[in-house]
Amino acid sequence: MSEAEHSEDAHAHDGHEHNYIRIWGILVVLLIISVVGPFIGEYTEIQAITLVTAFGIAAYKAYLVVKNFMHMTAEKAFVSYIVVTCLVFMFLLYAGTAPDVMKSEGSGWEKPLWQQQEAEYAARQAALAHGGEDGHGDDHH
Amino acid sequence: MATAPATHEEHDLGHHEQSFWEKYVFSTDHKVIAMQYMFTGMAMALIGGFFAYAFRMQLAYPGMEVPGWGLVTPNDYNQLVTNHGAIMIFWVAMPVLIAAMGNYLIPLMLGCDDMVFPKLNRLSYQIFLLSAVVLLSSFFVSGGGFGGAWTMYPPLSTKAEYSLTQLGSTIFVVAVALEFVAFLLGGINFITTAMNSRAPGMKLYDVPMVVWMIVVASILFMASVGPLIAGAIMMLFDQNLGTAFFDPDRAGDPILWQHLFWFFGHPEVYVVLLPAMGIVAEIITTFSRKKLFAYRTILYTVFGTGVLSFTVWAHHQFVAGIDPRMAHVFTVTTLLISVPIAEMLFVYIATLYGGSIEYSTPMLWALAFLVEFLIGGVTGIYLGASGGDIYMHDTYFVLAHFHYTFFPIAIIGTYAGVTYWFPKMFGRHMNEFWGKVHFWGTIIPFNGIFIPLFFLGAGGQHRRIADFTVYPELAQMQPWREFATVALLIMLAFQVIFLWNFFYSMFRGRKAEKNPWKANTLEWVAPSPPPHGNFPDGLPTVYRAPYEFSHPDHDEDYWPQNEPPAEQKA
Amino acid sequence: MSGTPIATTRSAAGMPTGKLAVWWLIGSEIVIFGGVLASYIMHRLAHGGWSEEAAHTNTWIGALNTMVLLTSSLSAVLAHQAAEKGDGKKASKLLWATIVGAVTFMIVKAFEWTEEITHGYTIASSTFWSFYYTAAGIHASHVLAGAICMYYVAKSAAKGEHLHRVENVGLYWHFVDVVWIFLFPLLYIAK
Ligand SMILES: [Cu+2]
Repeated sequence: MSEAEHSEDAHAHDGHEHNYIRIWGILVVLLIISVVGPFIGEYTEIQAITLVTAFGIAAYKAYLVVKNFMHMTAEKAFVSYIVVTCLVFMFLLYAGTAPDVMKSEGSGWEKPLWQQQEAEYAARQAALAHGGEDGHGDDHH
Repeated sequence: MATAPATHEEHDLGHHEQSFWEKYVFSTDHKVIAMQYMFTGMAMALIGGFFAYAFRMQLAYPGMEVPGWGLVTPNDYNQLVTNHGAIMIFWVAMPVLIAAMGNYLIPLMLGCDDMVFPKLNRLSYQIFLLSAVVLLSSFFVSGGGFGGAWTMYPPLSTKAEYSLTQLGSTIFVVAVALEFVAFLLGGINFITTAMNSRAPGMKLYDVPMVVWMIVVASILFMASVGPLIAGAIMMLFDQNLGTAFFDPDRAGDPILWQHLFWFFGHPEVYVVLLPAMGIVAEIITTFSRKKLFAYRTILYTVFGTGVLSFTVWAHHQFVAGIDPRMAHVFTVTTLLISVPIAEMLFVYIATLYGGSIEYSTPMLWALAFLVEFLIGGVTGIYLGASGGDIYMHDTYFVLAHFHYTFFPIAIIGTYAGVTYWFPKMFGRHMNEFWGKVHFWGTIIPFNGIFIPLFFLGAGGQHRRIADFTVYPELAQMQPWREFATVALLIMLAFQVIFLWNFFYSMFRGRKAEKNPWKANTLEWVAPSPPPHGNFPDGLPTVYRAPYEFSHPDHDEDYWPQNEPPAEQKA
Repeated sequence: MSGTPIATTRSAAGMPTGKLAVWWLIGSEIVIFGGVLASYIMHRLAHGGWSEEAAHTNTWIGALNTMVLLTSSLSAVLAHQAAEKGDGKKASKLLWATIVGAVTFMIVKAFEWTEEITHGYTIASSTFWSFYYTAAGIHASHVLAGAICMYYVAKSAAKGEHLHRVENVGLYWHFVDVVWIFLFPLLYIAK
C-alpha cells in the first residue's frame, strides 16, 4: 500500500469517527422523541402518535444501529439473508399462533378469568368515558 | 476409539506425549468428540431400548413382574414412555446422526484438519453429557422422573398436583434446554466450518451430499429451536416461580406452549431426517457405482423442504381446539411437504437404476431406509389431513407412523452410516456375515412390531394407557400386542450381535486400507483411522464433483475428488 | 496460537470465521427473543387491560437504560475502529467503557426491579408482569454475558492480541442493544 493511499485510508477512518458520533446523536434525539411522543399522544388523544413514535422510531433506531454500527449492509449478502430469514420465521410463528392465543374461547375450551378481566376492563373504560361519575375508575390495584 | 499412530502424533504435536485424559476425555480433536457423541448416544440407546422393553412387556402381559424392572405401575409406565421418547430423539438420534456423523465427516469430507472451533466443539459435547446426566438424575429424585409425555404439554408439565413429579418435571425441562444449548453451539460450528473451510478447489456443488444435509439440518435446528428455548424458560418459571404463562385458570394459554413446541418439533423431524438421507445418498451412489442422480435437484429440494418445514407445525394440534381455518392452512402445507420428500425418494431410486449394485451391509441398510421410510411417509398423509387426523389422533396409528419415520432415520440410518464408515473410523472391517444376520434380524422384527400397531390404532386403541385389557372392546386385540412385544424381544436380542460385531471388529476385524469401498469423497484419502490433523500428506485439493463413478473419461470406475486431472499429472 | 487448526484460518465464504459464527449466533438469538416477544405481543394485543398494568412501569428509568445502552454501543463501535487501526490499547479502553455501560445498565435494572417488587409487582402478579420480568430478564442475562466476553477481549486487546475479536464482541453487543431498542417501547412506552 502506498503512502498516499495509506493516509487517505486513515482519513476515511477519521471520517467514520465523526460519523459514529453523529449517528449516536441521532439515536439520542430519536430516543427523546419516543419518550415525549406518548405525552403528545395522550394530550391530543390520538393514539396513533404514541404508536408511531414508539414503534416506528424503534424500528428506525434498530435500522441505524444495524446499518452503521454493525455494518450489516456492507457485509456479504448472505448475512442479511440469515437475519431476514430468522425474522420472517418469527412472523410465521406469530401468524400461526396468534389466531389461537388471541382468542378467549374456542372449540371445547374457554379462558374464564381472561373473559372476566376483559369485561371488568371494558366496564372501567366505559365509566371513564362517561366522566367517571362512579369514581372508582383508577384504584383497581 | 480413533487411535492415531504414535509416530505421527509426535510429528504433529512434537512437544509431549498426550495422556489418556488429554487424548480421549478432554480432546479437541473432532474425531474423538464424534466418538464421544456416538458412544454416549449408544449408551443412551440401550437405556431407551430397555424402557421400551419394560413398557411393551406390561402392555402384552399386564401386571407381570418384568424381569429387570419389576411391576410396571401406571406411574412407572408414564415415566417409561415419556423418557423413552425423549431419550431416543434428543439423546440418541440427535447426538449420533448430527453430532457424531457431523463431527466425524464434515472436516474429513471438506479436507480440513479439524472443526473451525475445536474448543467450542468440546464444550458442546460437555454440555450434552451434562444434559444426559441431568436427565437420568430425574429418576432418582423424590416422585421419580417426569411422566407427562416428551412433548411436555401443560398443565401436566407445569402443575405438580397433576404430574406428581414436582422435581422430576423441572429436571426434565432443564435437561432438554441444556441439550438444545449443546446442539446450538455444535450447529454453529458445523455451519461455519462448511461455509469457510472447504478444501481449495471445492465449490459449493462439490460438497458431498451428507455434509450439505447435516449443515441444512443444523440451520433448521438453529432457526426453529429459539421459540422453544424461550418457552422452556417460561415453563421453568411456571413450575417454580408461580407465573402462569400456560395456565388458563390465571389468564395464561396452554395452546401457546403447543405452538412453541411444535414450531420446533416439526422442523426437528427434518433435522434428523436430512442427515440420514445424506448418509443413504453416499452409500447408494458408492455401491451402485453410479453418479448420484440429479445432485442439484436434491439440493434445491432440501432447501425447499427446509423452508416448508416451518409452515406445517400445527398439524400436531388439530384436536387441540385450534382455529379451524388455521387447520385448513396447515393441512395444505402438510400435504405439500410430502411432495419434495417423495421426489427425493424417486431421485434416489433413479440413482440405483441401471447401476451395478453390490449388496453389502451398508447398502442393505440404505435400501431398507428407503423402503421403510416410504411406509412412514405414506401413512403420514392420513394424519396430515385434519379430517383423517381427528379420528386417528393420539391412537397407535400415529405411534406406528411415527416409528416408521424415526426408526428408519435414527436406527437404520445410523446402522447404515456406522457400517459404511466403520473401516475409516477404526481401520478395520466389520464382519459382513454377522452384519447381514443383524440386518435381517432387525428389519423383519421391526415390521413385526409396528404393522400390528397400525391395526390396533385404526381399531381405536389410544396411547398412554398402561393396561388395555380393562376395556372390553380393546381386550380382544391382546394377541396383536403380544405379537408386537415378542417381535421387539427378538429385535433387541439381535442387537447383541451388532454390539459384539462392533466391539470385536474394532480390535480384531480385518485390517482396512485407505479406501476400501473405492469411493470418491475426501475422507477416503486420509489413512484409516485418520491421525490427529487428518491428512498427513498435506490437506487435499479438489478437482471434481464428489460422485464421478464409472466416468467415461477415466479408466477406473471411481475418480477421487482430489486426484489431479491427467494433464496436470504429467 | 499453536493449537489453531488450518481450518479456522480458511475463509471460503469471504468472511473471517469468528465474525461468521457471530452472525449465525445472532440469527439463533433472534429466534429466541422472537419467541418470547411474539408470545408477549399476541397476549398484549388481546388483553386491553394490560395497558393499565403497563402504566406502572417507569418510562424514565427505561429511557435512562436505553441511553446507557446506546452510548455503550457507540464506545463498542469506536473500539472496533481503534482495533482496525491496530491500536489495541485504545480499543481496550473503549471496551472497558462499554463494560461500564453494561454494569450501569444492570445496576439501574436492580434498583428498578427492587422498587417494583417492593410495591408488590412481582413476576407472579399477573401475566403482564411475568412477561415483563421474563423478557427483560433474558435480555439482562445477555447483557451480563456480553460484559463477561468483553472483559476477556479487552484484556487480550490491551496486549495487542486477537484484535479481530473486538469487532466480533461488538457485533454481539450491538445486537443486545437492538433487542433493548424494541423492549423499551414494548414494555415501557406502550400504555
Ligand atoms: Cu409434524
